[in-house]
Amino acid sequence: MSALELHNLSKSFGGLHVISDVSFKVMEGERRLILGPNGAGKTTLFNLIAGDLAPSRGTISLAGEDVSELPTSRRAARGIGRTFQILTLFGGETVLRNVVLASLGRTSKRWRPLGSLDADQEFRASAMEILRTVMLDHIAEKCVSETSYGERRRLEIAMALAQQPRLLLLDEPLAGLSKEERKGVEGLLNGLPRSLTIIMIEHDMDVALAFADRIALLQNGKLLVDGSRDDVIADPRTKEAYLAE
Amino acid sequence: MKSAVLFFLTAIACILPFLLPGNFYLGIATQILVYGLFAVSVNILAGYGGMVSLGHAGFLGVAAYTYAVTSGTYGFSPWTAVGAALVIGTATAAVFGLIALRTSGLSFLMITLALGQIVWGVAFRYTDLTNGDNGISLGRGTVISSDPLTLYYVCLAVLACVMILLAAFIRSPLGAAVKGVRDQPRRMSTLGYNTWTIRYIAYIVSGFVATVSGILYVQIFQFISPHALSLTVSSEAVLMVIAGGIGTLFGPLFGAGVVVLLKNVASAYTDRWPTLLGCIFLFIIIAMPEGLLPGTRRILAGLASALRKGAPRTASLQQNPRAR
Amino acid sequence: MFWITGLFNSLAFAAVLFLLAAGFSLIFGLMRVANLTHGAFFMLGGYLATSAIGAGFWVAVLAAGVGCALLGGLVQHLLVQRLAGRELAQVLGTLGLSFIVADQCLLIWSGDPIPLAAPGFLQGAARLGVFAFPLYRLFLIVVAALIAISLWLVVERTTLGAKIRAAVDDREMARATGIPVSRLFTVVFCLGSALAGIGGALAAPILSVYPGLDTEMLPLALLVVILGGIGSLAGALIGSVLIGIIYIFGQILLPDLSYVILFLPMVVVLAVRPEGLLGRQAA
Repeated sequence: MSALELHNLSKSFGGLHVISDVSFKVMEGERRLILGPNGAGKTTLFNLIAGDLAPSRGTISLAGEDVSELPTSRRAARGIGRTFQILTLFGGETVLRNVVLASLGRTSKRWRPLGSLDADQEFRASAMEILRTVMLDHIAEKCVSETSYGERRRLEIAMALAQQPRLLLLDEPLAGLSKEERKGVEGLLNGLPRSLTIIMIEHDMDVALAFADRIALLQNGKLLVDGSRDDVIADPRTKEAYLAE
Repeated sequence: MKSAVLFFLTAIACILPFLLPGNFYLGIATQILVYGLFAVSVNILAGYGGMVSLGHAGFLGVAAYTYAVTSGTYGFSPWTAVGAALVIGTATAAVFGLIALRTSGLSFLMITLALGQIVWGVAFRYTDLTNGDNGISLGRGTVISSDPLTLYYVCLAVLACVMILLAAFIRSPLGAAVKGVRDQPRRMSTLGYNTWTIRYIAYIVSGFVATVSGILYVQIFQFISPHALSLTVSSEAVLMVIAGGIGTLFGPLFGAGVVVLLKNVASAYTDRWPTLLGCIFLFIIIAMPEGLLPGTRRILAGLASALRKGAPRTASLQQNPRAR
Repeated sequence: MFWITGLFNSLAFAAVLFLLAAGFSLIFGLMRVANLTHGAFFMLGGYLATSAIGAGFWVAVLAAGVGCALLGGLVQHLLVQRLAGRELAQVLGTLGLSFIVADQCLLIWSGDPIPLAAPGFLQGAARLGVFAFPLYRLFLIVVAALIAISLWLVVERTTLGAKIRAAVDDREMARATGIPVSRLFTVVFCLGSALAGIGGALAAPILSVYPGLDTEMLPLALLVVILGGIGSLAGALIGSVLIGIIYIFGQILLPDLSYVILFLPMVVVLAVRPEGLLGRQAA
């Protein structure tokens, strides 16, 4: 079964067509890479899938269920997790607290008006576990504003993992990282369970191509090429799209 | 250290009536408690929810008028009137919240201002019910107590209850969600939080606390007129919150103390309170946006390091991250 | 009969509202500053006119406009610009200032309402069959219409207007292409404040000037802007007419609840289009 299916998805702002008639399927457990020059509409596509934007036309189905009309929070409850290209963290809180807030979001405990959140051992433990996977457990009690950029990039991923998603959207997880730091994040991504479906936007071709099973190439909001990694790399249109930039 | 200070201040508040020279000063102390509670209600929304309301006096007014009409005009018992005021005040907040939360930021602020002024207009114009500009006076027996000492302790007890509950709320999962929506609404909805509902809850809680302060208001003054719900009163509450430190638990109480004392002292010398109020507004916003205590500390630190020759100037002009 | 006169009075009031709201909306649309001193400027304009009326009605209106424009420029320069980038501080700063302006007006012009006489040739009424339309109100409608048209021409047809539109759309881009954005801000702030002052002066013959006029008019202007859409002149016009009609008919038909009725259009518009009737949808 497909984990995600986009059907004739379109989005326009005023007269500007940012996404036009994009259709593709992502199978369960697949690693899908979204490629395209700047302004191709990659992040807009993520915003449509996550629910931050409403499509002008077309549908989005998650594991066979049409979620096009659902608000962001309800889509999150159905298993969509995402990271942001621009870091979106709680800068005044500790690293641990960021992840606790992330895991709290999927439980009904988030509505409790009494009882201390910090004292909740269950959340603490599961958050520590996630911090271990992204190798941030040693700075769990540090305030985010005092961490390094590389650490924040990994925390960004940890937040999405804490949601226990079925479909993970990674928006340029390597942006701005040094070569060393990239290696770390690459290892982290390769260590994620194979059952998890991942769609990634990334400009670092070395990491991205090694990671992807299949690739969708966007240009000017249109789906240019969609296929297996090797097919897309070999396709002349791919080269053209990147040379044109 | 912090809890020791808190304990000390609570103890002072408990014995304060016996330290004060007379009922006039006791009255001012009680006013600080009531306006403090009102400022706390504004702070729930502005400080923790990130939504600044300039119409909160509307809730105070709806509650006070409901009480005055139920108890004074129709002669129901004070406790029935308290119940009616709680229900109608909170219901007003629930309705206003639906309207105001269609927007955010400056539009939210403008809508709350307009809503507050609409309540003011009703109080002013609907003379059959509100007695217009003359207001409604409550006689003996229509309020819970007319004894200044009892009133002081009633207000103190109510304020203490609200503060304890609020402290628990802030630490709770829902409280964390409210602050999360203030700081990163987009991330919060991505994480599965329904940001609208969370804001709406904060709005109603804030309106409820403002309602409680309105009920206390009408007890201590035994009088309500449109002036109590003017834009000035809403603005004073915002000033108390900012002066005391927005988004802090006890800051608004401190701010209320400063503003109420200033207002009473000033009224002895001049009629120009609005001008003074405006000047304080400008001073705090320009010179101490983070609040009086941290602001004073920062300026003193800056002075000290300037005096110490050659010492690097470490004090930076930080902006309050919560004031947005 | 009743409906015609009511509608006529509504339009006259809408004319006043438009002068008030258009300036507010221009400033807000361009600078993202909710200038809460705007209502105080309206009242100040009225007071200035009552003091300058000795030199003639037109001089009085001019004095109100120039006085408020100068003050507006000062506010922009000394307060708003200093707090650039801090939206909340700007709003609260102008709010604090509005208290000062209003209180100083009270000090100077005392607490009694001050009437302002309309110029002689505008006193009396125009008769049309059984209807009598007060000339001054007719004049208000015409003046507001003329100002609306000239504002529209300025914004749509002049280079100043092109710069304003560019800066409204994308401030950074406008700055990058060499438009002096901060000078533009000052110009627009002066213009908006002048409109408020002129509005207050022109409204004085029908409303007179009194303490509290500022806080009575400001929320109406906010309602107009919320209804019409922020930054939209046409929106301000439509909003003014709507609020004018509802306010005047409300006062006649349901005097006790005329304020509550003001709610209704806001509720409907916010439910359907939170950005206002002609407001731009946030991308």
